[in-house]
Amino acid sequence: MIAWTIYVTFAGAVLLLLSPRAFARWIALLTAFAGLALGLIELVRTPIADLARFTTIVRVPWVLALGINYHLAIDGVSLTMVLVTGISAVSTVLFSWDVKERQNEFFFWLLLVVAGCYGVFLSADLFLFFAFYELVIVPKYFLIAVFGSTNKEYGAMKLTLYSFFGGMFVFVGILAAYVTAGTLDLNQLSQFQFSPQLQSWAFPALFLGFAVLAGIWPLHTWAPTGHAAAPTAGSMLLAGIVMKLGSYAGLRVAMNLFPQGFQMWGKWIVLLGVIGIVYAAAVALRQHDLKFVIGYSSVSHMGFVMFGLAAATALSVSGAVLQMFSHGVIAALLFAVAGRMIYRRTHTRELDVLAGMSLSRVLPFAAFTFVVASAASMGIPGFSGFAAEITILIGAWKTYPVAVWITGAGMVLVAAFTLRALKQSFFGEARSTVQLQDGRVALDPDWNEQQTITAAEKCGACLLMFATIAVGLYPKLLLDRIMPAVEAMRFLQ
Amino acid sequence: MAGLITTTIFIPLLGAIAVSIWPRGNFRGVALIFTVISAACALGLWRDFNTALAGLQLVERCPWIPAVGAEYLVGVDGLSLLLVLLTSLIIPFAFLAQPPPRGGRAFYATMLVMQSALYGTFTAQNFVLWFLFYEMSLIPAFLLIKIWGGENRDYAATKFFLYTFLGSVAMLLSFLGIYFARQTFDFAVLASMAKNGLVPGNVVWLAFAGIFLGLAVKVPLFPFHTWLPDAYQTAPTGVSMVLTGVLSKMGVYGFVRLLLPLFPNEIKIIGPWLLALAVCSIVFAPLAAWAQKDLKRMIAYLSVNHLGYCMLSLFAVAASPVVAARIDTDAALSGVFMQIFSHGITAATLFYFAGLLEQRRGQRGIDDFGGLMQRTPLLCGWMSVAIFSSLGLPGLNGFIGEFLIFKGSFAIAPGFAAIAVIGLFVTAIVFVRAMQSLFSGPLAESCSAFPDLLPVEKLVVVPITLLMFAVGIAPQFIFNIFNTTVVQMARLFA
Repeated sequence: MIAWTIYVTFAGAVLLLLSPRAFARWIALLTAFAGLALGLIELVRTPIADLARFTTIVRVPWVLALGINYHLAIDGVSLTMVLVTGISAVSTVLFSWDVKERQNEFFFWLLLVVAGCYGVFLSADLFLFFAFYELVIVPKYFLIAVFGSTNKEYGAMKLTLYSFFGGMFVFVGILAAYVTAGTLDLNQLSQFQFSPQLQSWAFPALFLGFAVLAGIWPLHTWAPTGHAAAPTAGSMLLAGIVMKLGSYAGLRVAMNLFPQGFQMWGKWIVLLGVIGIVYAAAVALRQHDLKFVIGYSSVSHMGFVMFGLAAATALSVSGAVLQMFSHGVIAALLFAVAGRMIYRRTHTRELDVLAGMSLSRVLPFAAFTFVVASAASMGIPGFSGFAAEITILIGAWKTYPVAVWITGAGMVLVAAFTLRALKQSFFGEARSTVQLQDGRVALDPDWNEQQTITAAEKCGACLLMFATIAVGLYPKLLLDRIMPAVEAMRFLQ
Repeated sequence: MAGLITTTIFIPLLGAIAVSIWPRGNFRGVALIFTVISAACALGLWRDFNTALAGLQLVERCPWIPAVGAEYLVGVDGLSLLLVLLTSLIIPFAFLAQPPPRGGRAFYATMLVMQSALYGTFTAQNFVLWFLFYEMSLIPAFLLIKIWGGENRDYAATKFFLYTFLGSVAMLLSFLGIYFARQTFDFAVLASMAKNGLVPGNVVWLAFAGIFLGLAVKVPLFPFHTWLPDAYQTAPTGVSMVLTGVLSKMGVYGFVRLLLPLFPNEIKIIGPWLLALAVCSIVFAPLAAWAQKDLKRMIAYLSVNHLGYCMLSLFAVAASPVVAARIDTDAALSGVFMQIFSHGITAATLFYFAGLLEQRRGQRGIDDFGGLMQRTPLLCGWMSVAIFSSLGLPGLNGFIGEFLIFKGSFAIAPGFAAIAVIGLFVTAIVFVRAMQSLFSGPLAESCSAFPDLLPVEKLVVVPITLLMFAVGIAPQFIFNIFNTTVVQMARLFA
């Protein structure tokens, strides 16, 4: 059943190419919604015990000569990722509701990214996995290069080349695994005993290759430029799910296949993760472009994911998976506010300029959303960010206490830059450079777009806020499904 | 009644004659009719070909020059059939793609002669016959570049001719040497004698070097590739398509059919060097492409890179000092065959698009264009598909071949394969950079009047793109053609 997320989304994408403009956004919304609904049905219907293993749902021979199968499977980790994909997809479409130019094409690329992500999260065949993983790169490129804003060509190119650069290492790692074990089935591979020599080099190749997409320091520089260049929907998808592809793949493939290699290199990944958390937060504190601030905050939050994965206890890894979910939702929300609610209406993302507008009076709903998103991002209890980060830190305490201390300091920095961004963008002292007319921002006199927050935007924002609060108040909902699946993985045994 | 293979070979020749004496009018139409008939014959071959059997099928044999043991011997196995089909696909496509040249009659006649020669090369199983066809394709290619090429055509044509001809002469001498030692020209017979050395003593190295040189120039393998960018750049669109789509495959075919079976021991000895040359092709060619300003030249260098993958895999299989696992050998060889086919259609399509851009703009420097996405979204979209196929993106044909090649050669020669991966990345850089400067950015002044894809052009682009997707998503129908041949060859190398 859950396999239909992939088919429905691809079908929707194809349908978009054939349908008239007027229906484009409805088709996209329905498709995205169908994906989310399928994920939710799976969440409700499947007993928790069944999600403890990577259970096959479809398996059809594909390229016979080489033992390549079309093989999908699901466990608690995959399901969590499928859910965040669904949520991001729906809210992304809602926040792109009034895209004017080349709607069909826009939603086509958007759905392709989503479909590719579903594919990655459900693949249980390494070939299929890599195929979907690489497939996401193309639509991502077009979304940014065609529909982006600031410096879009540069951003698109940088992101694509970084992806390919990582893909190169991933490719070698996958070949090494396939050639040694003689199978592409992830479940069989995760039973196979690879020699320590092989693991010692294949693990870092695979993991770092994946981590490029997860924005690991020092290979993160594509992320801020990419996010800033992408259209709002693009940033939401990038931060919301595409970055998760990297961390998910690192967990599912690199760590699960090469546990000894992971043991050898684990502490270095912790180091990179912790540097990422602190460094990115420090850099975010100095940014002037709101999207750059959020871009760096993504890098910082993904540092938590890396740290949680590399700390290698059941709790920390589960926390990392929860953080993937949580960050997906929060980052999407932050980008939605910055890119859609603010930028569309003011035509600027410069914090200094925004500080003069005191937008909270004009756009109260946007201000409310941004407060919620900031609180979640800072890790205030009651939001998903807190649940995830505290799980990671408690889990990692046993293995890397010093790193936990440093990370704690990093969280202060995160709070600092988030508050700074919040204050400047919505609650700045109203200086006189901007006139308010009839409750409207009159920065750009030619601007005759609708100024109030639209219903579609409200729906999207509410969905995301609901997700972060629901998981923040009741993390058990997901953790119960994630933990057994994580405990079943080999590197913990 | 001549057999189907013979019919396939000679119909284009008849076509050439018909075009030459046709009073006037639509030469392209006449040429297309003959091409399509022979393509239909090729499809007939596919129908009659039993994919479950290994070895040559549909063999036609009759004495020809008994004095030197030269028979008229043609037949197809999976590899031959694959290439015959590829030829049948590319040539009509090239005819459609080529805007009518001046002196159309001679152009089409020459192309048809070349088609006939290509069919012959891929089906002949006796050296004398093979060499005849092999040379027969060289002359038309030379003329096509020399007469209908763009600027710099004299230089490019002469260079192409000299390189290839030198290689051919070396190959001929080698084969004469082998003939004097073994008294036969039959490929299969020679291959069965090869284990003990075809020629006594160290002379075998001379024979090896001659054939190697001939084929390495043809493929081309680094460092014998320098004729290629010049030739591909200056040739008219249709000819570039055939050159890269089919002619370059003659070299790879020659390696599989001649060099590897006839010199198994020699290849094992110098294997690492050959692998190093293949890796150089893979890594240096895209670096060179990166530096190119001319679109066609860029694609030409990337062709060298893509054929380098084939060479890597072939040498890995043939040269591995240890006996590789069968599954890896199978993968490597399947990868080569798949790549031959994929590169044939993808590279030809890329040249087609380069031709379309050149027609519209009159120039083809990468910097002469900009912002095409705004003006010609369809052209950009379909061209992107071809580019991504060439990049080896999953879901398109290029990925399957490259994945198998890397899978197979990584198992046998991990170091070389790992270095070769760099080539994939550099190719990506080259293509992304090209797409950036062609498609994105502000619309260049000179491109503001471009028409988007015309219906005729769509007629060419859409089927070939669908084929790319088909091969990328369900490649089994192509595998079926050569599966048994691969298994048989793998056994030979084991």
